[in-house]
Amino acid sequence: MNVQPKKTNARIEPLMGNEAIARGAWEGGCGVAVAYPGTPSTEILQTVGTFPAEDIYAEWASNEKTALDIAIGASFGGKRALCAMKHVGLNVASDSLMSFSYIGVNAGLVIVVADDPGMHSSQNEQDTRLYARFANVPVLEPADAQEALDYTKTAFALSEEFDTPVIVRSTTRLSHTRSPVILSERQAAPQRAFVDDFHKNVTLPAHARANRPKVLAREARVGAWFEDHLTRIDAGKGDVGIITVGMAYSYVKEVLPGAPVLKLASSWPLPKKAIAEFAKAHKRIIVVEELEPLIEEQLAIMGIRAEGKAFFPQAGELSPEIVKKGFIEAGIIEAPKRKKPAEPEIVPRPPLLCAGCPHTSSYMALRALDARVCGDIGCYTLAAIEPLRAIDTCVAMGASIGNAVGLAKAGTETKPIVATIGDSTFLHSGIPPLIDAVYMRANITVLILDNHITAMTGGQDNAATGVSLRGEPTERVDFEKICKALGVKWVKTVDSYDLGALYQAVREATEHKGVSVVISNRPCVLDPVRIRGDALEVVQETCVACQSCMNLGCPAISWSDGMYDGHHKVRIDESLCIGCSLCAQVCPSSAIRAKGGKEAKRP
Amino acid sequence: MSGKAKNANGDGVTSVLVVGVGGQGVIMVSKVLATLCQEHGLEVKQSEVHGMAKRGGAVFSHVRFGRQVHSPVIPAGEADVLVALEWAEGLRWLHYLNPETGVFISDVRKIIPPFACRDRGRGVMPHYARSTPRDVLEKVSVGYAMDATDTAARLGNERAANTVLLGIMSTTLPFSENAWLETIERFVPPKTREVNRAAFLAGREWVKDATVPQGEVLPQVEVDPALPQARNVWDINPAWCKGCDICVKFCPERCLKLDAEGKAVMVKPELCTGCRLCEMLCPDFAIRLSKEIPEKVSS
Repeated sequence: MNVQPKKTNARIEPLMGNEAIARGAWEGGCGVAVAYPGTPSTEILQTVGTFPAEDIYAEWASNEKTALDIAIGASFGGKRALCAMKHVGLNVASDSLMSFSYIGVNAGLVIVVADDPGMHSSQNEQDTRLYARFANVPVLEPADAQEALDYTKTAFALSEEFDTPVIVRSTTRLSHTRSPVILSERQAAPQRAFVDDFHKNVTLPAHARANRPKVLAREARVGAWFEDHLTRIDAGKGDVGIITVGMAYSYVKEVLPGAPVLKLASSWPLPKKAIAEFAKAHKRIIVVEELEPLIEEQLAIMGIRAEGKAFFPQAGELSPEIVKKGFIEAGIIEAPKRKKPAEPEIVPRPPLLCAGCPHTSSYMALRALDARVCGDIGCYTLAAIEPLRAIDTCVAMGASIGNAVGLAKAGTETKPIVATIGDSTFLHSGIPPLIDAVYMRANITVLILDNHITAMTGGQDNAATGVSLRGEPTERVDFEKICKALGVKWVKTVDSYDLGALYQAVREATEHKGVSVVISNRPCVLDPVRIRGDALEVVQETCVACQSCMNLGCPAISWSDGMYDGHHKVRIDESLCIGCSLCAQVCPSSAIRAKGGKEAKRP
Repeated sequence: MSGKAKNANGDGVTSVLVVGVGGQGVIMVSKVLATLCQEHGLEVKQSEVHGMAKRGGAVFSHVRFGRQVHSPVIPAGEADVLVALEWAEGLRWLHYLNPETGVFISDVRKIIPPFACRDRGRGVMPHYARSTPRDVLEKVSVGYAMDATDTAARLGNERAANTVLLGIMSTTLPFSENAWLETIERFVPPKTREVNRAAFLAGREWVKDATVPQGEVLPQVEVDPALPQARNVWDINPAWCKGCDICVKFCPERCLKLDAEGKAVMVKPELCTGCRLCEMLCPDFAIRLSKEIPEKVSS
């Protein structure tokens, strides 16, 4: 790992963890790569898409399960395959993982899962290592970009050697940290064809019963492999030995550079002999691992006394400060004398829907309608917070429609029930619940927020954009047709920038008995092209400071220095405004105008 | 005033924290620095959190370089240089700066988010950071605060404000002026090369006789002291109200509702800010709002 620039002739480049994983897949002879975008994993497939198409097929799938199923198919076909997802994506893909673990691979299959400790942009912080234990598959945990490349490459060989899918676990910090990486050339992967093995490839109960003991034996053999592969001891002074893995290793080295450290490459399965020897050589063993106490629990089962979560939190992301605090509490280092400086009170600056975001009007309309809104995962989840405050529930990808059906069937709700779901989330897992809504004759309205892109993760194409990951034209899903084909009788598409029409459509839709669908249709202002337009302005003389426009939560609108009747008038930041005209549509005094005092028109 | 970045933890690692608001060019500053270090044979780690950056949220980037770097994240209190592209963001991360040796560099330009303008009471000020440049520069070991946005605007493009601050930062680090300029050129669009070059040099030049910007952070608004005590009084005439729902829907604070008979009623009087929107929008003139202003009490 310790890269020493300028000492070698190898090509060294600073790569983000995700780019290094992609590079590792390419160098490791991977031939098919599939993913559904999700922060912090998205850049993996985007980077794979920059490698030659003749080397590697790369595409976005509709969801993580289809991504894994496609990768499994490629493995059956003898091509090394990779699928990438964020941690919650593995929940969706886990069904296939659980069975495929019994089948094993033909060509190597690697599942890259990026966890989000600290929940920088996720709804939970589940620890993917528990899935490795659950599915009886090995998990590799790189600590920096170099290891991210090396481990991904190794993962394919490991997968083939032990006939197992392999998980490479990243975290937000690793995925989004850039550090130097030594690059090498692409390896030729072994040529394989489909292997006609009925007992292996078809999981009938009889086959699975025979495979189950093999899976457990495999796990023990992989654990033994880690005894002399990738596991490392950093010699040091003192009788306190630290056992750590992944990003936590870098924090341990930062805080205790001279301590003896057993650095694992994998929390599951463990190299038990190496651990037992290390434990024997030290009086006290401390485990530093992010999130769940997986290593600590296994040590307890092995009869090794170790401490861990007593000092290091189970919740949240680790950091040098937190690791330092843990070691202070453990009595290993002394508390610093330095006083904590007073922190000034500063306005919070959460992310917002963009100026001109086409989602804004949908939530203004729903707020006006006083609907009960089941939300979903995407940029539009931001409409749950002030000032739109227009989402009542949000659970997981694709949950909105099912939640709305249940709410309707509970029979207690007096408000109209509306599910809101983005284009990409609808394709991900919104179609089966819409089928149920029709089948169960649920009295709900579904508002599909079609902004023609997977926006929250930075603008990826999907099956409804008609463009592939490599930017080539392909087939395109038609939302109206799909809804009608599922049996929805009431479907209407409306321009997201026409607040009145949108409100009217949603109102009519909620009055329709049965399932109705409104498609709010406008492209995202950021991707695939940044939309610009002439900024509007507020005529200060006619602004009555009602701040009706500020209910949109538009980042371009804030207070001006002028006051009216004790309240702040508003101004529009012309560098942010794209002239969507929504604010002008809600202004009661027509104070929001186009340049030169002209009426503000819908672009 | 002058300052060089010191190695906070003695093992030769220098930590630079760059912060700002999405879209200001935080990542460009840290990329230039990281590339420069990389090319000087140092190990560099540059760490960000993506996902929310484009949406007007707070953005930060940690850059750490030296012979060998472990943690990609700067421990609190150990940043050698803090570069803030926006005033409140600099304050937010101030506790990351090494209190004994850290160099603080900030634009004094404010980006006030809509969140800061939520309180609709009479005569309130935006919730924003209240510390003035003078307050902060007194606290830190070495500090520079300037209106970099204004400097960049005068050079022809206010978006080059990040490069002005980069110019200031360059004086704290041991790389040559040419090395900086060559690296910056690779990270800016060709059309803006000249203005970025000028912005960088302007920042470097400004340091030589840096001054502290004067003045308050927030504008002072003149408000009649009697006004904040005004009491809102509504008069909703049920005979004229036809229950069209317009006032209910448009009330910014959601104070109104339709009652069982479909007439508008005030249900949350404590939230009413007296904006008069309902009065203006009522097609039937059924709502009247008046403000009772108590007699001024002479002190």
